[in-house]
Amino acid sequence: MTDRHDIDLHINGDIYRVSVEARKTLADAIRDDCGLTGTHIGCEHGVCGACTVLLNDQPVRSCLMFAVQAKDKPIRTVEGLAKGDTPHALQQAFMDNHGLQCGFCTPGFLMLAAGALEAKPDMSEEEMVHVLSSNLCRCTGYHNILKSVKAAAAEMAKAR
Amino acid sequence: MSGDHQTKHATTWVGRSIRRVEDRALVHGEGCFTADLPADLHVRFVRSPVASGRLKHVTIPDTARGLVAADLTRIGRIKPMLHRPDYVAVEQPILADGVIRFVGEPIAAIIASSPAEAEDHVEATFYDIDETDPVVDVLAALAPGAPRVHDWTKHNILVEGRVDTPGFDAMFASAARIVEVDITSRRQHALPLEPRGAHADFDRRTGRITLTCSTQSPHVMRTAIAELLQLPEADLRVIAPDVGGGFGQKMMLPPEYVLIVHVARMTKRSVAWIEDRRENLIASFHARDMRVKLKAAFSADAKLIAIDADMASNVGAYSGFPITCGVEALMGMAELPGPYDVQQYRCVSRGVATNTCPMAPYRGVSRPVITFTMERMMDTAAAKFGIDPIDIRRRNLIDKFPYKSATGLTFDDATYREVMEIAVRELPLSQLRERQSEMRKHGRYLGIGFSTFSERTGYGTPAFAARGMESTPGYENVEIAMDPSGNVTARIGAFPHGQGLKTTLSQIIADEVGVSPEKINIIAGDTDQTPYGWGSFASRSLVISGGACLVGARKLKAKLVRIAAHLMKVAPEDVTLEPGFAKARSTNQSIPIPELARTAYHKAHLLYGVADAGLVEQGFYDPPGTFSNACHVAVVEVDIETGGVKVERFMVVEDAGRLINPMIVDGQIHGGVAQGIANALLEEIIYDERGNILTATLADFLPPTMSEVPRFELHHIETYSDATITEAKGIGEGGAIGAPAAVVNAISDALSPFGVAFYELPVTPQRIRAALRKAGKANS
Repeated sequence: MTDRHDIDLHINGDIYRVSVEARKTLADAIRDDCGLTGTHIGCEHGVCGACTVLLNDQPVRSCLMFAVQAKDKPIRTVEGLAKGDTPHALQQAFMDNHGLQCGFCTPGFLMLAAGALEAKPDMSEEEMVHVLSSNLCRCTGYHNILKSVKAAAAEMAKAR
Repeated sequence: MSGDHQTKHATTWVGRSIRRVEDRALVHGEGCFTADLPADLHVRFVRSPVASGRLKHVTIPDTARGLVAADLTRIGRIKPMLHRPDYVAVEQPILADGVIRFVGEPIAAIIASSPAEAEDHVEATFYDIDETDPVVDVLAALAPGAPRVHDWTKHNILVEGRVDTPGFDAMFASAARIVEVDITSRRQHALPLEPRGAHADFDRRTGRITLTCSTQSPHVMRTAIAELLQLPEADLRVIAPDVGGGFGQKMMLPPEYVLIVHVARMTKRSVAWIEDRRENLIASFHARDMRVKLKAAFSADAKLIAIDADMASNVGAYSGFPITCGVEALMGMAELPGPYDVQQYRCVSRGVATNTCPMAPYRGVSRPVITFTMERMMDTAAAKFGIDPIDIRRRNLIDKFPYKSATGLTFDDATYREVMEIAVRELPLSQLRERQSEMRKHGRYLGIGFSTFSERTGYGTPAFAARGMESTPGYENVEIAMDPSGNVTARIGAFPHGQGLKTTLSQIIADEVGVSPEKINIIAGDTDQTPYGWGSFASRSLVISGGACLVGARKLKAKLVRIAAHLMKVAPEDVTLEPGFAKARSTNQSIPIPELARTAYHKAHLLYGVADAGLVEQGFYDPPGTFSNACHVAVVEVDIETGGVKVERFMVVEDAGRLINPMIVDGQIHGGVAQGIANALLEEIIYDERGNILTATLADFLPPTMSEVPRFELHHIETYSDATITEAKGIGEGGAIGAPAAVVNAISDALSPFGVAFYELPVTPQRIRAALRKAGKANS
């Protein structure tokens, strides 16, 4: 199991040249080989969504993909959300609305919501609940996550 | 009542929903969790696939490096103590030593240069186990002749508490009616989203080891691990970085953490073990596998006069450090009567060993179960008396304070009746009852369930000592310093892991010392940088660490006032600290606080003979404890065809005393209630009769998503009790304590036309369908 593949991962506009075993998950490669530890690993079987990143602008579970499958494709992680010192509307809304407690699930929720809102900016509350039910949070009871995403959606609509 | 706390407390930081200082890093992916640290070496564990047996030998592949019990002869065993005649102490080896006691027990540790390589070697490790018959169920473990989990014990009872008030027999015999309930709480799992993990690094220069780990109690880890490894405690530094939830599971000492420090010491390199979800589900710590048989004696007017309880708590294979296997059994016994006035009480409460994963406290510990027991009993009794569930609670909730309970607990000022009356009004209940009967006409089953309870919080050493704990938690220390620029640093012994404690403590300190919260830095989670403390658990940190901060901040304030008075040549009584400056009332002079601070350090000669140089104070707090209280109401609709339950509404009317940061208080309630709803409807760790765990993935163990949890309706009363100096009461566990009872009372209310009621947790669709089939009211 030691055959390695030299691949380029395009993350947040930067190119990371990594040498990975075929079995290495995208989540592990992002964290261990690219040093982007904002993407968290909570279950490694695709249920909790803490490892959610955007691949080709679509939310994916990075624990359910091999790094080699993501080579040369645009990847976005939580580290790429803010524009310089200005937080993304979702990041600001999570801070304003107490949308996080321990913060472990937060990067996954932020990337899930970012992907969903970019694809459909005018989601109804029902649609939001459906999409956000993809990920698990153990601290907030989801109340303030929904509130945060609604607030961010409104803010993003204003900015358009 | 709920309202705009911002305006109510406009002149103080306490009472305001300010944003959390913790959040900026976390939303930018700049937090630092244990798994984020790189390591030279990685450990994975070989774990037993059987629940009970003799481990004959372990063969680690020649190409791999590993450890088995025989390699650890100089390491101690985990042996938590309760000083009680009914406690049987058991020992837990770091790696199984000849005997296997639960599925998932570590039997070998493999060390490799990557986690993947270590896992390859784990798979290639051979072991030979002679399987023996396990005992899994708590009642089976109590039966005569049951296999013993620890050979040398006489039976599987590891702790047995008893209460028997002097007038019990006579009072019980005088009852007009006895109401019996038989409660089953199926095994729970805290499921912090970040699994456990440890990273140890050996410093060749100093010979010290730094353990960074996902824990709720860094100082307790340091003491325990240093002792087991016979390491000078000063040579071990424990850092708890960002911790992704704990809920009690991470207050316990994992044997794995001990081993990681040992490997770092042995190899003089950095080494990490990051638990995976399967390990976390099968071999971390579980909770609340309990049975309660309750007989409640009532007078003819539905007044509770005596209760008789027989409680059995499955403690698993070992007793955890520091809180021991007595935690669920003894807390359950001491607090079962809850918020009800009943002075005659008999109880036997046993903690029973089985071949299952050991137990830890999980948000609420045994109180979700005892609250469930009392609240199901109250609804059952109301039905038998033919009175309303609200009415029976009105007749029995305590309303004179302080109230001394049958087990000697002192209930401070609270609002047990008021919160329920507010809930009745805010729902409003009468409208819901109308809607319920209207829906029933159309074959739809709405249910409304109440739960009223107390949440004992913020208790210090005397409360823990009453259990006979060898390691007695309770107090907290704070070191609070103002630096020469006028900013404040508070080093706390407690350790928050998601509760926003850095924010709330800064609010408490800000009001005392005239500095805004953003200029206050709270340091926590590093044993090298903080005074000894117990960590965060038992809804204690805001009350106890907050109390210590207030004590320390008042001392700091007194010194600032003394310095200002001297500099302005007025009496100290004439000086007030306002935001940003000290002011002399008589002369209207003022000095900015940064100037006072600079003077205290750099112009100490001006204070010669008046004050020591510098601005450093200590705060200590060890309170007796206080009770928060709340009423929870669940409104559910039950689909009798599928057994599905939809929680339509969930209302909480809470009294947690003074709210330091209402936004954070609400967040604690939201999270607790979500876990309570999960406890009522979804979550269950299941073992088969051979002790195999059937819920080892998140496809089998079902935490709720946003779709299963409703939006919450919260109301607050603030009763300022003198039981705590901040007048704040703990709030961390209440949501989880009250919710299971409210939900199952609501389900039972919904299905009352069928004569179906539930006395177990969780109430799954299968159980609802089975009960309806048994009642002959549903198609099979």
